[in-house]
Amino acid sequence: MTDKNPADSNLAEQLSTTEKVALSLRKRHRKEKRFQWAGLMAVGLGFLLVVILISDIVLKARPAFHQHWVKLEVEFRQDWLGVTSSDLAELKKANYRSVLRRSLYGMFPDVKGRRDKRSLFKMISTNAEFTIKQYLLDTPTKLGKTAEVWVRFDDDIDSYLKDDYTPGEAGPRVSKQQAQWLQQFLNKEIVDKRWNSEFFTSGDSREPELAGVRGALTGTLLTMLVTLLLSFPLGVAAAIYLEEFAPKNRWTDIIEVNINNLAAVPSIIFGLLGLAVIINIFGLPRSAPLVGGIVLTLMTLPTIIIASRASIKAVPPSIREAALGLGASKMQTAFGHVLPMAMPGILTGTIIGMAQALGETAPLLMIGMVAFIVDVPAGVTDAATVLPVQIYLWADSPERAFLAKTSAAILVLLSFLLIMNSVAAILRKKFEKN
Amino acid sequence: MIDLSSSESLVSDDIDLSKTVGEIYADDAKMSMRNVNVFYDEKQAIDNVSLDLARNQVTALIGPSGCGKSTFLRCLNRMNDTIPICRVEGDLRLEDEDIYAKKLDPVLLRARVGMVFQKPNPFPKSIYDNVAYGPKIHGLATNKAELDEIVVSSLQRAGLFNEVKDRLDAPGTGLSGGQQQRLCIARTIAVSPEVILMDEPASALDPIATAVIEELIDELREKYTIAIVTHSMQQAARVSQTTAYFHMGKLVEMGKTEQIFTNPVHELTENYITGRFG
Ligand SMILES: Nc1ncnc2c1ncn2[C@@H]1O[C@H](COP(=O)(O)OP(=O)(O)O)[C@@H](O)[C@H]1O
Ligand SMILES: [Mg+2]
Repeated sequence: MTDKNPADSNLAEQLSTTEKVALSLRKRHRKEKRFQWAGLMAVGLGFLLVVILISDIVLKARPAFHQHWVKLEVEFRQDWLGVTSSDLAELKKANYRSVLRRSLYGMFPDVKGRRDKRSLFKMISTNAEFTIKQYLLDTPTKLGKTAEVWVRFDDDIDSYLKDDYTPGEAGPRVSKQQAQWLQQFLNKEIVDKRWNSEFFTSGDSREPELAGVRGALTGTLLTMLVTLLLSFPLGVAAAIYLEEFAPKNRWTDIIEVNINNLAAVPSIIFGLLGLAVIINIFGLPRSAPLVGGIVLTLMTLPTIIIASRASIKAVPPSIREAALGLGASKMQTAFGHVLPMAMPGILTGTIIGMAQALGETAPLLMIGMVAFIVDVPAGVTDAATVLPVQIYLWADSPERAFLAKTSAAILVLLSFLLIMNSVAAILRKKFEKN
Repeated sequence: MIDLSSSESLVSDDIDLSKTVGEIYADDAKMSMRNVNVFYDEKQAIDNVSLDLARNQVTALIGPSGCGKSTFLRCLNRMNDTIPICRVEGDLRLEDEDIYAKKLDPVLLRARVGMVFQKPNPFPKSIYDNVAYGPKIHGLATNKAELDEIVVSSLQRAGLFNEVKDRLDAPGTGLSGGQQQRLCIARTIAVSPEVILMDEPASALDPIATAVIEELIDELREKYTIAIVTHSMQQAARVSQTTAYFHMGKLVEMGKTEQIFTNPVHELTENYITGRFG
């Protein structure tokens, strides 16, 4: 500061030590205040950005959790269906498309031309066919009768209703004609906005109104499980061996350097390795969570090892001496005393590694986890995709409804991360307690 | 840090360090060490030391800091094995058994020769588990009742039982420093060792806690052979029967404690106990 003029220094000489200290103290306090403010600002800014990000995602995701349905009067006429009896096998193969079409046209008798009819039919989800099929299979007594069945709107109509609804006016991808028909549906009060639980229970689809996150979520779960089951024991065992058992020599130095290097390798390289070695040489199936998990293990392992080693190093040597001095073997000391004390740090490292793996896409693209997969994987060798890849795929789709799905999938991914972190935090607390 | 290669100004050239003066042999030796040399890499920390630990007696190892007391003590239960650069030479015996023999398991040795460290180092577990740990890993108790019995009697002998009897489940790390050190002693006793090594066990404690520990050491002598490193000469005088004075890795003088403190033979010993350096 500007206390270097001669008058000041003269003054300073006349002051007693206590006064000098008091002077400097004021300066120190100011400095401290400034630093505290800067820190607070930094934290505040970070927090604000997170809040903005999350609220933006939540706002964008909201439409994905609802879906508009319409109640149709479906005539299950035998001649339309092309069946002769209510035999189940026959009902399964019946022509529901025709039933749906004609029932719909029946509700709008003044729609005539082929183009208009097609345009009307396109307002209903392609899945409606399966909805009415399921309805008839569940209640075969309705054969030959008229029934009211709720079916989904097409995603264009759904988006229009959610975002751009203006009575009778055209919207993006909705013609004026369609908007007017829609108005008739609305006037008859046969349109319903429902909680879209399918989003959590079904796999991916080309049709946005049918696409769900379950397949990717299951794929992520399986992949993370494989990653955790491989990388945690391997990483902890390697760290314990290197810290507690291995002689300190040139070999262990080389290993140490290599582990540190491994942590810095771009993840896509691991994907190439997975493709070349795990799939091509060992012949494991493509797109499988098992392979994804192995590849992500390669990526996570260095993080876990480095964090575990640091944490093991931080265990006071007096604890080792205490155990060894009582006649505990090296093994008993390492696993009975050092490991539990190092566990909080190890868990922190593990969760950092797992969080990285959770958001990883590049190496998984290499091993084919980017394919369009409709079925929810049932095991670690089934073809699957993962949440970040699903987000990428949806974000890349032209349909407007996928925009909301993308944000919703991001929310699911963030929730997954949150749950993972919470579990780690609870475990950490448990280990810190004793 | 004392560098053994450089000359030490306090040692005049005519002082003979090559031979230990006094009595290094005991009539009834529990442990005997002969010609012990210890190296950390190239650096020699113990230079040709021979001495006996008399059965059921307290032997004090004293000397200026860095003279190798801890190093020597840690040879007696092979704790130095855990330091990769440390090398021990010489003949060290526990009841005529070579403790550095190839076939001898250091884990077994440490069950027979227990150790109490400078800084109290209870495990971050309950008081009960701290004491029960040794007996458990060595299989000294066949059932819970026996284990309870060992824990209680060990705590009693360490003079801690009355203070902790209604909180055996409380963490050992929550005790005061003096109590923690007595817990560590109880933990050591619980394994029923024959010899107990103590490395400045009271240096981190206040005078009252120190007095309690000293009293305890005197009682423990009945059952155990004890070697204690201390930097406090008063403490050595109070608790030990035999005293060994180390200087720069060498054993300078050893003898009856009374004699060492009232009538030291060696000039260095006299300098040290009269407080001229240390
Ligand atoms: N782990 C070690 N590595 C290298 N040198 C050591 C180690 N421990 C002790 N020393 C050295 O050995 C000498 C004796 O140390 P120590 O036995 O701790 O002395 P004291 O207990 O008498 O103070 C000292 O010079 C010390 O620097
Ligand atoms: Mg020492």
